[in-house]
Amino acid sequence: MTYEERLQNVSVLGAAGKMGSGILLLTAVEMADLKMKPENKDKSFVLNAIDVSPAGLSGLMKYLQAQVRKVAEKKTVWLRKMYADRDDLVENYDIIDEYIFDVMNVVRPSTSMEVAYHSNLIFEAIIENKDLKVKLFSQIKNNSKVNPWFFTNTSSVPINNLENEAGLDGKILGFHFYNPPAVQRLVELITTGKTKEEVKEFALEYAKKLKKVIVPSNDHAGFIGNGHFMRDAMHGMDEAEALAAEKNIPLYKAIYIINKVTQDYLVRPMGIFQLIDYVGVDVVSFIMSVMNPHHEDEEISHKMLDKMLEQGVKGGQHSSGAQKDGFLKYKGGRPVAVWDTHKQEYVELEKFQNECEEMMGSLPDSSVAWKSTLRMKNKEEVLGAFFNDLKQLDTLAAKLAVKYGRRSKAIGEQLFNSKVAHSTDDVNTVMLTGFFHAYGPVNIFFD
Amino acid sequence: MKKLRRKVYMTGGYNTISLGTGRREFNPKKPRPGLEHYISEAGKAVLEKIGGADNVDESVIGNFMAARFNKQANLPGFVPMIDKKLQWKPAASVEGACGSGGLALTYGIRSVLAEIADVVLTLGVEVQNTVKAIYGADILAGAGWYQKRKNGHAYFFPGQFSDRAGVYYEKYGYDRARKGMARWFANAMENARLDPTAQEYHNTNPDPYGLALKMKPNGAAFVDHLSVLDCSKVSDGASGIAICSEEGLERIGIDKKDAVEVMGWAQVIRDITNDPADPAELEAIPRAAKEAMESAGVTIDQIGTIETHDCFSIAGILAVEGLGLAAKGEGADWVDAGNTARDGYMPMNTTGGLIGWGHPTGATGVHQAVTIWQQLTGKAGNAQINISDDRPYGMTINMGGDDVTVVAIVYKRG
Repeated sequence: MTYEERLQNVSVLGAAGKMGSGILLLTAVEMADLKMKPENKDKSFVLNAIDVSPAGLSGLMKYLQAQVRKVAEKKTVWLRKMYADRDDLVENYDIIDEYIFDVMNVVRPSTSMEVAYHSNLIFEAIIENKDLKVKLFSQIKNNSKVNPWFFTNTSSVPINNLENEAGLDGKILGFHFYNPPAVQRLVELITTGKTKEEVKEFALEYAKKLKKVIVPSNDHAGFIGNGHFMRDAMHGMDEAEALAAEKNIPLYKAIYIINKVTQDYLVRPMGIFQLIDYVGVDVVSFIMSVMNPHHEDEEISHKMLDKMLEQGVKGGQHSSGAQKDGFLKYKGGRPVAVWDTHKQEYVELEKFQNECEEMMGSLPDSSVAWKSTLRMKNKEEVLGAFFNDLKQLDTLAAKLAVKYGRRSKAIGEQLFNSKVAHSTDDVNTVMLTGFFHAYGPVNIFFD
Repeated sequence: MKKLRRKVYMTGGYNTISLGTGRREFNPKKPRPGLEHYISEAGKAVLEKIGGADNVDESVIGNFMAARFNKQANLPGFVPMIDKKLQWKPAASVEGACGSGGLALTYGIRSVLAEIADVVLTLGVEVQNTVKAIYGADILAGAGWYQKRKNGHAYFFPGQFSDRAGVYYEKYGYDRARKGMARWFANAMENARLDPTAQEYHNTNPDPYGLALKMKPNGAAFVDHLSVLDCSKVSDGASGIAICSEEGLERIGIDKKDAVEVMGWAQVIRDITNDPADPAELEAIPRAAKEAMESAGVTIDQIGTIETHDCFSIAGILAVEGLGLAAKGEGADWVDAGNTARDGYMPMNTTGGLIGWGHPTGATGVHQAVTIWQQLTGKAGNAQINISDDRPYGMTINMGGDDVTVVAIVYKRG
């Protein structure tokens, strides 16, 4: 079966979810573009968008319509060529509208699993529940006549467990998009010892067509991305607790300080507590619980997360993409308050910000904002100068930052040493492209 | 054209800001003022300078495509909204694509010459940020022949002028052409920074020339032979000016020294269904300019400043050659040598032109007249250039479409 034949009938499970909808969008566009080739005009391309929620599917179609318009607006020059033979399509308006229809026309929303039985390729993006994944994979495998391949978007369940329990025998791999799939360029590719070469080849070609950066990861729960993020987050929470105890300050102040240090001093797009909120306190806790049983000599969990969830504070995002409140409270996307687990209420930053910043000390003149590093040509040099200054400084924040940087590096090295990553470069690529860090965790800045 | 049978003046000019990317107050996600606001702001400002609406005999609005950008036609109906005293007086709108503003000026001039009016409130307006650029390109493509739209570029007009630039590069050399175009851009930025209403007023790039030279045209991302810096931006804005007879000036109580006199003018049209005979050459612009100068009885060496229609940097360079300021193929060198800079031999587009000040399409022709009026009467503020006694004339050249509908006017301080 050729690449194109494989993509003539595809199903996405969990298509209405945040990850599923992104995967559906990318795949629908790829399939519609294949169909536009003159030699494929008479072939049918079917993409089943399967989800348990009818309301979710309805929202998905609206999301698709808006997103495909954006895609079309960016490639109108190409589309004009593809529709050159259509005399009725003259203006960009006409052409973009037609393309939106052509992409939507590939998609079949459905709440029924049966439609997947005809698919050559199954993308799975349902919740991180191994047993449910195994159940659905088995059901499709047992009923399908076309012997499909399974691509799972799991970020934490080991692929070989799914393979063994569902009896997929080399026809499954981990194809882990980052959130949101339509924007994030990183994909972690996880093969098992048995994954067939042709499955992997197809995955690589598909990723290339989607203009994704592939980083191979070994089949360890959490893989590279969460392998780093979860441990990094645990370190952040440990540090906040230690700081609160050592300085005898309320935890919320320590959370503010650690969040600020990880953003401004480590030059990251957001602080560690904001990142936990972005992913969702509940999701982070859940991923840890999936990873933990696979790490016998290491405890992957954190009581701060448990406490937040007990108190009903979950973070995550509204369907509009706006940030929900978690460790931090947000207004217009910016933190304005921190959750006080003691009193169970948010405390406005204004009330304690200055005091915390006084404790932290001031940033050296060499400091650099994350955003300004994006197009910086001499980034290494500028960051090196800043981090060198931090190492010399005797302020609280500088010390916390240097320690944090070292821990982040140790985590990166651990991922390589424990053979999750093929190289420390791969760890760096994941953090650079998947987490938009300005520099890889495995560096010499903090040595 | 014969000498004008009556003296015609322009005075009381006004520009709104040219709103669009580049202005700090521009936020594509927030609601913005509409057509009504711009017509009203420019109209009221001119009326205030000329002693109120009682003094106005009739009004005219230059506009290109409100019918699509704003789903609004019948613009004359908005004139009484400026001032209720304009109700029951004549008003019209005229259209000639990006030359609409120039046509509005000729409408006013004709009325004065025909002794139908002594004071004509002349406005130009366009509000284009209502749609994304990719759809705006469709609307602006209306300035070309619709039957050629299907095979045109997604960005139709940049595509047209990209083709011209491509031929120019081939004939005369890529590097020297790009240098001239980069200088054109740099002049536009430097001039726009001196005019608070300019779209690039807030531009702070320390090296616009280097920036433009570095940005190579890339057909995969945009068009083959132009970068975005070679193009005017999408703008919302309006300009207004009063066109008067001598009696009209007396009526509004403005001294001739605070007005410019229209010494000569011309309007020519080229067949929209024909491609340019030589893409590296303009035909309508040189003809219009020549006729306007003949009508004024002046030669190019008597003209001290020119506002020319640089919707694209290549159009500026081709105009320089068309005016005979440089030989064919040498316009880019001439511009790169600084001859069109504000302190050069022939300062052009001294408030930034279409690339720097902005290009609210239907307003541009009127904006050019306002700039010349400001410069010749010493009202250009920080953008003021020196006008010497031996070259006291100014000229505006406004173009609709790809060298199709052109208006040229020669002015002198009254």
